Amino acid sequence: MRVVIAEDLFLLRDGLTRMLQAHGLDIAAAVDNGDDLLAALAADPPDVAIVDVRLPPTFTDEGIRAALAARRAAPGLPVLVLSQYVEQLYARELLASGTGGIGYLLKDRVFDSGQFVDAVRRVAAGGTAMDPEVIARLFARNTGNASLSALSPREREVLALMAEGRSNAAIAARLVITERAVAKHTASIFTKLDLQPSDDDNRRVLAVLAYLEG
Amino acid sequence: MSAGQTTERRDGRADPDVAPVWIVCLAWTIRRLIVAGRGLAFLGLALAGLAVVAAPVTALGMIVVLALTAATHAQSNQGLGLSVAGLGLLVWLAAVPLFLVSLRPLARLTRRLSGRWCGVPIADPYLPTPWASGGKAGPHRRLRWLLTDQATWRDLLWAFVDGSVGWVLAIVPAGAVVLGFLGLFAPYTSGLIRLLAVGIAALVLWSAPRLSRGYGYFARSMLAPTGQAELALRVAQLAQTRTEALDTGAAEIRRIERDLHDGAQARLVAMGMTLDAAGQIIDTNPDAARALLFEARDASVKALVELRALVRGIHPPVLADRGLADAIRALALDSPLRSHVLGGLDGRLPAPVESAAYFAVSELLANVSKHAGARETWIDIRHAGGMLRLGVTDNGQGGADPARGTGLRGIERRLAAFDGVLAVSSPPGGPTSVTMEIPCELSSPKTSSC
Repeated sequence: MRVVIAEDLFLLRDGLTRMLQAHGLDIAAAVDNGDDLLAALAADPPDVAIVDVRLPPTFTDEGIRAALAARRAAPGLPVLVLSQYVEQLYARELLASGTGGIGYLLKDRVFDSGQFVDAVRRVAAGGTAMDPEVIARLFARNTGNASLSALSPREREVLALMAEGRSNAAIAARLVITERAVAKHTASIFTKLDLQPSDDDNRRVLAVLAYLEG
Repeated sequence: MSAGQTTERRDGRADPDVAPVWIVCLAWTIRRLIVAGRGLAFLGLALAGLAVVAAPVTALGMIVVLALTAATHAQSNQGLGLSVAGLGLLVWLAAVPLFLVSLRPLARLTRRLSGRWCGVPIADPYLPTPWASGGKAGPHRRLRWLLTDQATWRDLLWAFVDGSVGWVLAIVPAGAVVLGFLGLFAPYTSGLIRLLAVGIAALVLWSAPRLSRGYGYFARSMLAPTGQAELALRVAQLAQTRTEALDTGAAEIRRIERDLHDGAQARLVAMGMTLDAAGQIIDTNPDAARALLFEARDASVKALVELRALVRGIHPPVLADRGLADAIRALALDSPLRSHVLGGLDGRLPAPVESAAYFAVSELLANVSKHAGARETWIDIRHAGGMLRLGVTDNGQGGADPARGTGLRGIERRLAAFDGVLAVSSPPGGPTSVTMEIPCELSSPKTSSC
């Protein structure tokens, strides 16, 4: 799997490169600004791009804008955005296209390389990887929602993991339950929230996120 | 009411749409009589002012007479007379500030009534009290505050002028009423004089509102703040808001220092120790070392979480990235209330204004979700005519009182540093609407690189 990395801090760029290589991924390019990123993506489209939000020259939200521009140029191009902080506003903009292949994670998540590489592969495969903090804030925003309050604690856990973009198998492994139990929970969640059930993982995630965003 | 009017029309006496002439006349007369009555109220104020002025003047006169009498009569009790006069002078001097201060309520009332009755609003010209900002002020500072305020002496001048001649202008309409009555009912008077008296009375009453206005302008010429006083007020206000801004800034820096010291710094120290411990035992007990390494990793995550929260409190990243409108949209997305953001901005505001406005809205939203019992809020962002306007409205139970809560007061104080103002409308039962205005320029939007 070929990866392009855009990260302006040398230490982090180097660390990411080593870590992904250690997990058997190819680094097609590692750049330190938005323009070079767009050039690298156009020259030889990779399987996934990993982009830091803050890049030169203004160190504001170039990464988000570069990611959106890249996906406008090549729809469906998988992009994983990394940031020191997460904003729902940016999560919303990244998800707005309604297609998969989007990730938005805190930089801290690279500390757990296994989980992080999982997320990279998931995004590359057209899935979604939303940071648990984004999901936690979406839940906090919905504190007054009666349908959500009707969920059991376990169902809320499953819903949160589902919203992060994890498959049933991943949720089962995480919660140490069977996949069949996860399927039962998800069916119950979709009934309680009055959502259309879907076998397609990605469509399921987007439906859940759209629901939580209200 | 309509029944009565149709009866009248059937009789052919009155048009239902136009009030009868006698009602118009009555209303006119009543309005004039009210103006005349208000003139009498102004007379009362003038006399009260005169009394306040006359009392110390009379007292001083008596003291002087006593002293002169004692001095010119070379008798045995000359010393006694002089010392009584001296004592009287001391008491008088001590009492003068009290007289000067007691003129203020009268002058204030005149200003208020001039605005309400004469249509000539007059602003209070007084310097802010030295104890207004919560500080202590000894008698010396209080005295200096009173005596160096130009408005004190202009009040005194007004009391003299109004008490001697000003009131005449105020009571002209009332005088006309009396003249009119005399013209109508006085015995032993010729018809011509009666006619003349009533005519003059009607003429004066006709111009009564204008006379009243004239009295208002007259009062304003002495009771309004002078240009110099306005500057002095402005300087006092600037000094106060600057002090508050500096205090707030210093307190904020102390808080950040404390948070860093107790939070991220402490965690980094602990992490270093854990890593060191792991290094010590890595050969002898690799499993325990691995556990320690994971512990250190978790500590670094916690440190990052704390740093993120701290940065959000100092300067939210999205505010730096996108400016006020998007930062407020991000706030709305994080709020448990259904928040609708209306309007927007075509450029960026000066960074300090952006930050102050952001934290003001953030605090208002927090207030709403804590106290208002609201489910929805509407946030309105606009910039027009060199003024940023932010409105936050909720559908809660209302009854928010800026005087009671420290939250609204704090926002008001922080906006004051930018000459910004905050207005609250919160009737019991709701809705609550808070409007903030900050004068500032909007810079053209940054050109984006993508």
